[in-house]
Amino acid sequence: MAALPAALLLLADPRTPAGGHGHSGGVEPAVFAGLVHDHASLRSFLAGRLATTGLVAAAVAAFACRADPPWALLDAEVDARTPSVAQRAASRAQGRGLLRAASAAWPSEVLAGLAGGTSGGTGGVSGRGAVVAAPHHAVVLGACAFVVGGTPHAAAALAASASVTGPAWAAVRLLGLDPFGVHAVLASLATRIDAVALAAAAAGHPADLPARSAPVLDLLAELHPHQEVRLFES
Amino acid sequence: MSHDHGLDPHHAHDPAGRAMRLGVGGPVGSGKTALVAALCRELRTRLRLAVVTNDIYTTEDADFLRREAVLPDSRITAVRTGCCPHTAIRDDIAANLDAVDAHEAAHGPLDLVIVESGGDNLTATFSRGLADRQIFVLDVAGGDKVPRKGGPGVQLSDLLVINKVDLAPMVGADLSIMESDARRVRAGRPVIMTSVRTRPDVPDVVAWLLTELATWPRSLAPAPVSPGRSGP
Repeated sequence: MAALPAALLLLADPRTPAGGHGHSGGVEPAVFAGLVHDHASLRSFLAGRLATTGLVAAAVAAFACRADPPWALLDAEVDARTPSVAQRAASRAQGRGLLRAASAAWPSEVLAGLAGGTSGGTGGVSGRGAVVAAPHHAVVLGACAFVVGGTPHAAAALAASASVTGPAWAAVRLLGLDPFGVHAVLASLATRIDAVALAAAAAGHPADLPARSAPVLDLLAELHPHQEVRLFES
Repeated sequence: MSHDHGLDPHHAHDPAGRAMRLGVGGPVGSGKTALVAALCRELRTRLRLAVVTNDIYTTEDADFLRREAVLPDSRITAVRTGCCPHTAIRDDIAANLDAVDAHEAAHGPLDLVIVESGGDNLTATFSRGLADRQIFVLDVAGGDKVPRKGGPGVQLSDLLVINKVDLAPMVGADLSIMESDARRVRAGRPVIMTSVRTRPDVPDVVAWLLTELATWPRSLAPAPVSPGRSGP
């Protein structure tokens, strides 16, 4: 097997046309609230995000990276770990976007089964339980990792990494932060990202997935839609 | 399974089953929203319409269209583009496709979905995966050298609209230079010189659009919705 399989690299590529560029992962409302304003405060924000929603997303992705996951149960477990309505909507919107892009790149039974709930298609559902409409992003990411031959650990790594890289770039755009400094912040988090991915890959049942919460992120996400001026969907 | 339309994300492969999508792009302040409002006013009784706007900061354009009451509120939605309006219409069209799909699901079948870009620079252009036809809107007040500068919108759009011709004397713009430059760089593609403010019924643009729609596989006449939406 290739040291870095090209398909996994493609899946990790932020240029994947999956709609992620319109989401800040909570950075925009955090900037509005004055919580993120420089490299140090961005690093704190990202470290917190990684340890909470990042870990949950990574564990979900790892669990979804298998032949026959119980989609509906997994979906419900993600909902239960995402108290903010706005975050649930943002997660499903990004899940739908990734599913659209990945279905074009890697047509497969697994993705067709997931898409069956969103597009009105008749894709055969091989998973147990009902197909869910517009699956959560982490679920789709895990399914994509499976389709391209990745391991659950790799799926977790993709999700953990994405939980901080997208928000970091949003901070560059919103605050005009020095991009070299922001990239250095991300590099300084690499060891933590690896550790989160390793921990996340271990879950054995959806109900046992980690449930770390970030109440401030939840609150910011709920306030964000009420901002008069905003550049990001979430 | 590749024959299942539910699995096929390439809308362009199945034009018969959906509305034509018209992109309207151009620099900030050139009159995109006014043109979209005019098209909606002129065509809303003839066509089944919906609009997606891509504002840079706010829902300003969507709010304007709603205030003007050119369409029912639910037929006008706004996409936020994360500071990059050109990304949302060209490189990563997922959010816009999502918004178009939502219109089709809620109001379909539709004849035309207009996707208005956020104001952008001259390098912006609509992806062929999002827009079946695109109009690029310049304005005379932006300077009479702009058509000469070219760019994908100016050169390759299906229709170039040069708006605010009524302002030419006030801003010292030479309309004949603008038009001849535009025609030269566009290699035969159509150019319309107009003022949406003084001709709010935009007859030339409406005529162009109706001609394009006549070539679209979904008939303008209200068509019965086939369950599979799989054929012309």
